[in-house]
Amino acid sequence: MLEFILERGNYWAIIGLMMIGLYIAFAATNLIKRLIGLGLFQTSIILFYTSLARIDGGTAPILFGKDYKKDKAHGEGYAEGADHAGEAAAHGDHAADAAYGAAKAYGEASIENVYSNPLPHVLMLTAIVVGVATLAVGLAIIVRIREAYGTVEADEIRAMDLEVAIAEAAADAEHGKAGTV
Amino acid sequence: MIEFISSLVPQDLAAHAPALLIAIPMLMAPIAAFMPSGRIAWILSILATGFSLVMAIVLLSQVQSIEGGAVISYAMGGWQPDAGIEFRIDALNSMVLLLVSAIGFLAAIFSWPTVQAEIRDAKTAMFYAAYLVCFTGLTGVASTGDAFNLFVFLEISSIATYVLVALGASRDRRALPAAGNYLLMGTIGASFFVVGVGFLYAATGTLNMAELAVRLQDVQENKAVFAGYAFIVVGLGIKAAMFPLHQWLPNAYAYSPSFVTMFLAATATKVAIYALVRFLFTVFGLEFSFEGSTLIWILMPMGIAAMIACSFQAVFQTDVRRTLAYSSVAQVGYMLLGISIGTAAGVSAGLFHLVNHALIKGALFMALAGVVLTYKGTSLRDMRGLGRSSPWTMTAFAIGAVSLIGIPLTAGFQSKFALVNALFEYGWWWAVAVVMFSSLLAVVYMGRILEAVFFRAPTNPNKRHKEAPLIILIPLWILALANIWVGVQGGFVAGLAEDAAASLFIGGAP
Repeated sequence: MLEFILERGNYWAIIGLMMIGLYIAFAATNLIKRLIGLGLFQTSIILFYTSLARIDGGTAPILFGKDYKKDKAHGEGYAEGADHAGEAAAHGDHAADAAYGAAKAYGEASIENVYSNPLPHVLMLTAIVVGVATLAVGLAIIVRIREAYGTVEADEIRAMDLEVAIAEAAADAEHGKAGTV
Repeated sequence: MIEFISSLVPQDLAAHAPALLIAIPMLMAPIAAFMPSGRIAWILSILATGFSLVMAIVLLSQVQSIEGGAVISYAMGGWQPDAGIEFRIDALNSMVLLLVSAIGFLAAIFSWPTVQAEIRDAKTAMFYAAYLVCFTGLTGVASTGDAFNLFVFLEISSIATYVLVALGASRDRRALPAAGNYLLMGTIGASFFVVGVGFLYAATGTLNMAELAVRLQDVQENKAVFAGYAFIVVGLGIKAAMFPLHQWLPNAYAYSPSFVTMFLAATATKVAIYALVRFLFTVFGLEFSFEGSTLIWILMPMGIAAMIACSFQAVFQTDVRRTLAYSSVAQVGYMLLGISIGTAAGVSAGLFHLVNHALIKGALFMALAGVVLTYKGTSLRDMRGLGRSSPWTMTAFAIGAVSLIGIPLTAGFQSKFALVNALFEYGWWWAVAVVMFSSLLAVVYMGRILEAVFFRAPTNPNKRHKEAPLIILIPLWILALANIWVGVQGGFVAGLAEDAAASLFIGGAP
């Protein structure tokens, strides 16, 4: 049981971060803090993807030169890594397969080496850009909220909006009476 | 007509239609942003969306060229799928693309007077750039065959949407918190979707949706797949305003600029529902063990809850835009109910209602944009007596309203009838009663508005009697007449929806 938990340390950390981020995004009344929570949530997703891509003993997916001699340690590392991944996570072997396939595409030389799967890293580059854009738009909106309301506290803003809505409803009711009479 | 238009397009252009459909609006967006005057940006956006519409028609004719619907696979940039990103157009994609681009084109034409009135002059060029980016994202979602690419397009359209909603602040400052809320909810939804896609990638090693569908059959009982499924359904549910996750929608629709409301109401949630249908039926498929229980225990109850609860909420709103916003959530409930039946007839009814609802809400919000332009307010009190002062606008509004209720000879009737038929066929007769009850509520909330418009004396008789400008009236009447056309002769749209549903069930997963 303990082994089961410890082997998946990365996933526990990611789930923890994700829940903290989600909680902040919902529970904080300060809008800036909400965006911080959102940022944390998105960052934990980036960690999730990159930890999927990792293979024991895998190196950066860079093509080695032709004169590179097969390193025995690397070969063993691959076998070990594949086994470990197969046991550790239910989906690990598929990830390793995918990584292996990706590595194979680089040519014969790469079969001898073990690479981390580059694809999730590439995907996360895109996700980071999306996250930055969201954060920028979010902050810009908060700046405008601060200009319009003079506060960035969600509950104060809600109270102000409620007052406006009540005033509108009252004016409406008054007009309604005037209209029927 | 479809053959005629597509025969005018040169062969080289038609071969690259899936890419051009998205690339042209995307390239026009930065050009529009740097235009010195908003008017040029407006014309650019009409050209770009019009071009996309032509491309969507070409795609539709290509798909329909083979009996049962061809599947067009386009390798983006010449990189063959699985390694590269595939654009995959089947009957369902071509239907959604045609809907989005047609609405986008009409919206672009009618937008100028309202944008001029509601957006500061210095910002109109940027406004149209944001609109084109949003349009790009929506069409991208509707044509990509790659799960991660779908997320990217979803976020492209969403980020542009947050900006567009926030621009309503010059009319009402409450647009800003609405946009902030939408940003928070929308980003969480998209992030959930990405987590789900991550799980699927871990389990199968591919991101291509067609390939995912094949490989997922070997890992049906994998817990990672279960988790991914849950994340994807919830994430797309937020984007589609599925009942308990719809809190962002009423405020965002009520306070954004009227043009934006019209465009979003007719397209944004529809595209999210398309993505949900695509994942439920193509990627996972009905054999997936969670699927049946999701349909019966989540989509169906949530659809029904939306139909009842949000219709009630719509009855008690004093602002017409909020009434229509709540009604939108209720109508999403109809679509989900149709999809949750899980038969070809049910899904086809859901998709049919999706198209019709876009036509209905497009017409209603377009008419409201005309009202905002001439009378400023949209509260029920402001609507009084408008039937006499602006008969053309309000007649189109009334056509949309009766179509929303589902009176015979309108589009709303056709799709509700198809839905009721599918429900009877499946044996859910009690759900038919719920559909009827919800339609009665629609009679109440739309009836209140129509009564105020046509049978009440104007609140302020001294107001100048003014019709909306012609450039609003023409697209508005195109949509209103489309409602009647579909209602009288529903064959074309119903056929599209049937083909789309058939492609999901028979040849959907290659």
